[in-house]
Amino acid sequence: MWREEAPPAMDAVRGILESHERDPGELLQILIKVQHSYHYVPDAAVELIADHLRVTRAHVRGLVGFYSFLSSTYRGEYAVYISDNITDRMQGSTGLATYLCNRLNVKLGETRQDGRVSVRFTSCTGMCDQGPAALINERALTRLTRQRMDRIAELINSRTPMEEWPAELFVVEDNFRRSDVMFRRAFEPGAALKAAMLRGGDETLKSLQFEEAVDPSSGHAWRRGADETLKELYRSDLRGRGGAGFKAAIKWETCRDISAPERYVICNADEGEPGTFKDRVLLTSYADMVFEGMTICGYVVGSTRGILYIRQEYWYLKSHLEAVLARRREADLLGRNVLGTGFAFDIDIHWGAGAYIAGMESALIESVEGRRAKPRKRWPLPVVAGLNRRPTVVNNVETFAAAATIALKGGAWFAGHGTGHSAGTKLFCVSGDCERAGIYEYPFGVSVREVLRDCGGLDAQAVQISGPSGVTITRAEFDRILAFEDLSTAGTCMVFGPQRDMFDVVRNFTQFFRHECCGLCTPCRVGTSLLEMLVEKVAAGKGSPVDVEQVQSICQLMKTTAHCGLGQTAPNHVIDSLVKFRGDWDKRMKTTDFVPAFDLDAALQEARQLTGRDDAMAHL
Amino acid sequence: MASKRKIATCSLAGCFGCHMSLLDIDERLLELLELADFDRSPINDIKEIKGIVDIGLVEGGLCNAETVRVLQHFREHCRVLVSVGECALTGGIPSMRNHLSLKSCLEESYIRGVGVENAHIPDDPELPLLLDKVYPLHEVVKVDYYVPGCPPSADALWHVLSALVTGRDPHLPPALLKYD
Ligand SMILES: Cc1cc2nc3c(=O)[nH]c(=O)nc-3n(C[C@H](O)[C@H](O)[C@H](O)COP(=O)(O)O)c2cc1C
Ligand code: SF4
Ligand code: SF4
Repeated sequence: MWREEAPPAMDAVRGILESHERDPGELLQILIKVQHSYHYVPDAAVELIADHLRVTRAHVRGLVGFYSFLSSTYRGEYAVYISDNITDRMQGSTGLATYLCNRLNVKLGETRQDGRVSVRFTSCTGMCDQGPAALINERALTRLTRQRMDRIAELINSRTPMEEWPAELFVVEDNFRRSDVMFRRAFEPGAALKAAMLRGGDETLKSLQFEEAVDPSSGHAWRRGADETLKELYRSDLRGRGGAGFKAAIKWETCRDISAPERYVICNADEGEPGTFKDRVLLTSYADMVFEGMTICGYVVGSTRGILYIRQEYWYLKSHLEAVLARRREADLLGRNVLGTGFAFDIDIHWGAGAYIAGMESALIESVEGRRAKPRKRWPLPVVAGLNRRPTVVNNVETFAAAATIALKGGAWFAGHGTGHSAGTKLFCVSGDCERAGIYEYPFGVSVREVLRDCGGLDAQAVQISGPSGVTITRAEFDRILAFEDLSTAGTCMVFGPQRDMFDVVRNFTQFFRHECCGLCTPCRVGTSLLEMLVEKVAAGKGSPVDVEQVQSICQLMKTTAHCGLGQTAPNHVIDSLVKFRGDWDKRMKTTDFVPAFDLDAALQEARQLTGRDDAMAHL
Repeated sequence: MASKRKIATCSLAGCFGCHMSLLDIDERLLELLELADFDRSPINDIKEIKGIVDIGLVEGGLCNAETVRVLQHFREHCRVLVSVGECALTGGIPSMRNHLSLKSCLEESYIRGVGVENAHIPDDPELPLLLDKVYPLHEVVKVDYYVPGCPPSADALWHVLSALVTGRDPHLPPALLKYD
């Protein structure tokens, strides 16, 4: 184990602090930079930061302890995080992690004595279609193999600077396998925004150049475009793409109508649900569309400030996203005077630091405000009192992309696709046991079978819809449709072939939720731990029907009493598995009577050693 | 009248506070004795369960081999087993040693402790051997009902006992589960 010999020089911390305002809201962004330059947050830095922001040290440490990518102990010059989604495991990640550790002569989860490297697991990094995946110093590794691990170990052992690493290790593909009406054509920056601003104008207006049209002398009041665009959004019936499916127009209108000195537009790119990677692809190849959707939202609700909250797993997209924003400013699509209309709107990027719960909207806002990502009380909703307690629209990346399309093509056009209660098309992230994993755009209402046919996964025994928090469906249900009417989903389909043991899926998901639970409320904090313990007990062959009963009662308790969506949905996969894949549980149950999960006699071993006893009473 | 129920109770790694709370049901004890007899219990100092009893109440967690044996004996001889109080449910105060090694606990008491003479870790076979950690009851045997509290109030214990002796399923109302 590596130990800090002397506190490191604090010059870099001072530099970082100088580049940030004395605003406690900056804390998380500061800590991320400190972690990146020191590979941990040294105690000395905690003090400087606390003094600078006038917050307590405990508060600073509270964040370091909360976010996975921050640490109070040194993680090495090269910090490797192996993605631990079930899809990675199915592609061999567990064995590869051991292999890499052996090559590097490092223990999993520990930093090598010389301080060079550490290797640990992390929750899904969003590369399920090209796994096994990992992160190394904020860059994404994909399609790992033993050969690649050999390469990586060499580069680490030779201390090659990250900039000199071969680019092919970091190739991330879009794998956009099927496009439908929304993503068939490239997006022209500015077109949707202009359409929004001119919406409701008459024929003469349409014949004018944009500059003339928005000039007050043309008679087109630019607020009118905002109101008309909102009407289009209503007509489109667009529902949020982040999972819950709340109608975007209602949210936008509510935000607009509350009187407040400022309001905000937040794009949720936390994308923490394992198996989900569409937002990554959108931000890679359709960033303009997303930013334009945000800008249109700002225009409609009367906001000047947009924030992209994005998970740190996607740090490798930083320069790309900043370049897109810079180009949009250059083109007057962002800034103080957007398209010469006097409308001011700009977007900045806030980074997450490894926390699934940060995708939950009020937790996300806490994180943007520089605190731990803990959900707030349910009321007031963020749209009423969100960031800085001001009205805030939080929408998913794909929702903003859809809003931009609607602004361009109209609500009726959008509503003409999909089903009665689920308008438009949706991106689906397909991964697991299929021939062509990747992104598929379908109109809502597509059946699971059709998706499986297209991706080459028809022999599947099960599909996990909408990630671990969603539903597990079996062969008999493949004709069910993906739409809010039936299988409501944020767009994730993980495919499990006939060779898979579905109990392994349960193990992976229960570990995920135990790790990601924020700890705020007891049913979830204790419940996720108990579920993991009981599932591991069954895995170890010590489970009995008594334990299964216990599992069921914990699941019910969590569903009905947990504070937020995480705890309420964390038991879903367990409940489904017990109903649909009971066989994979039963084959591990060796006993009908309750037995302890641990070896009672072994629990006396330490005392036997200490006392030198070995008599009959010294055994159980 | 149907034959009387039999109740057994014991205290493992606990402080007898839960038993004191049981005595706190006061005059309701007479009502209870109309419906049930006490078998093994510190209340009457009977040391062994005779045959099978209907209801076993166990206070305290598991800290050594002896507590495990008694609990297993209770499980085998009680139709319904009730885990009573914080120590039984979670390990409670005694489990505060769980984040230390057994070695460091014993050394602190018997080797390095202030005023220790003839320093050595007790090894007499008469003494129950300590477990590496303190465990709650339900990690070692199947438990049928739990009565939380440190100690559970007399009202809570009465609620559970009166239900069990009359063959009802006990459900503590929220008022008896609130501690502040
Ligand atoms: C535990 C948890 C995690 C979530 N993660 C995300 C996420 O990563 N991305 C997202 O858009 N929404 C996520 N949500 C949903 C958000 O709270 C919110 O509903 C959504 O961002 C609203 O946008 P939409 O209406 O456009 O879908 C999550 C919710 C919960 C309870
Ligand atoms: S349900 Fe879980 S994640 Fe949500 S507030 Fe409670 S502890 Fe936190
Ligand atoms: S729960 Fe409280 S009263 Fe009961 S044995 Fe434990 S410490 Fe004593």
